[in-house]
Amino acid sequence: MSNNHLRITNYGLLLAILTAFIFALSPQALALAQGPTPTDDEVNRIAKQLYCPVCESTPLDVCPTEACRQWRELIRTMLAEGKSEAEIKQYFVEHYGARVLAEPPNRLVTYLVPAVVILLGAFMLFRGFQMWLKPSITEADVKKSAKREAKPVQDPYIAKLEEELKNRK
Amino acid sequence: MTDTSIPAARRGVPIWVQIIIWVFLVGLLGIVAVGLKRAQEGTVQPGAAIKDFTFELFEGYKYNGQSQIKLSDLRGKVVVINFWASWCKPCEQEAADLQAAWKEYEPTGKVVFIGADYVDTPKEADVYLKKFGITFPNGEDRDVARGRPLSQYFRIKGVPETYFIDRDGVLQYVQVGPFTSIEQIRVQVDKLLK
Repeated sequence: MSNNHLRITNYGLLLAILTAFIFALSPQALALAQGPTPTDDEVNRIAKQLYCPVCESTPLDVCPTEACRQWRELIRTMLAEGKSEAEIKQYFVEHYGARVLAEPPNRLVTYLVPAVVILLGAFMLFRGFQMWLKPSITEADVKKSAKREAKPVQDPYIAKLEEELKNRK
Repeated sequence: MTDTSIPAARRGVPIWVQIIIWVFLVGLLGIVAVGLKRAQEGTVQPGAAIKDFTFELFEGYKYNGQSQIKLSDLRGKVVVINFWASWCKPCEQEAADLQAAWKEYEPTGKVVFIGADYVDTPKEADVYLKKFGITFPNGEDRDVARGRPLSQYFRIKGVPETYFIDRDGVLQYVQVGPFTSIEQIRVQVDKLLK
């Protein structure tokens, strides 16, 4: 009787270990081991920084297509696996190109080109305004002015005086 | 006696600035023109020689024992490239026909089918391939040699789209949208096998 009881207890223990082992390998247990399922807010925090490459100009967090729903689920899975925001974004760029990013990649040329274009435009405007305010003097204007100053207008009083002096001689 | 000194003539915009401005404007117009031309072009047109590309296959897929396919290695064979996605409902419509056609042509060794998975997620793509029992070489839409999507080179407008390349590597037919029967696939492949 006591031997039978012992055998039953051993079987029970074996069964418990076996059940625990099977449960440990189940997808649910694996999911639990990875941590709690990320919420929609956590997923959308990353999704809104990405754009749907299928329907243009639609952020991933609000895109209603099946493709975007799948990508949001992919973000959720990656978050559950412990991937960081940067790693997730990098994955999307590697697979679908930089066009999926809401903001362009942080490269020097991304900021340098617009800055150079803006400076060049500002310089052109500045020179344009300068020229409108002070119109340039052409060579013809200079010659005309020199000619005018070389032949000053005769004062009638001086002319009359010179005439009288001439007559006295 | 008279003061004949004259003010120095003011100069206009320096010539180098003018050159920069013109080069910039012409460059800008060039970029806009190229963009407009490409937008109007649509997909790669029949008659175009297809540039060489290297295509990486999904895990579990092999072609001639290799996990990569190079287009130039397929000279002498008819190549059928199908762009698809797991989220694309019309793709499901033609998936079974494509697989059936592959089963017909595979033993001849004269035709190669390639499935390019366009902007998709790995898990769903795997489910899709298993669901339709697709065995012909499949992989992510990417030319690994150039590091760019293959769809960008073909300028696809959506999925599904299928490109038929002849034995000399020249594109001969483009199917935009799904095939509605296996016969449609046979007609194009047989034409290229003649």
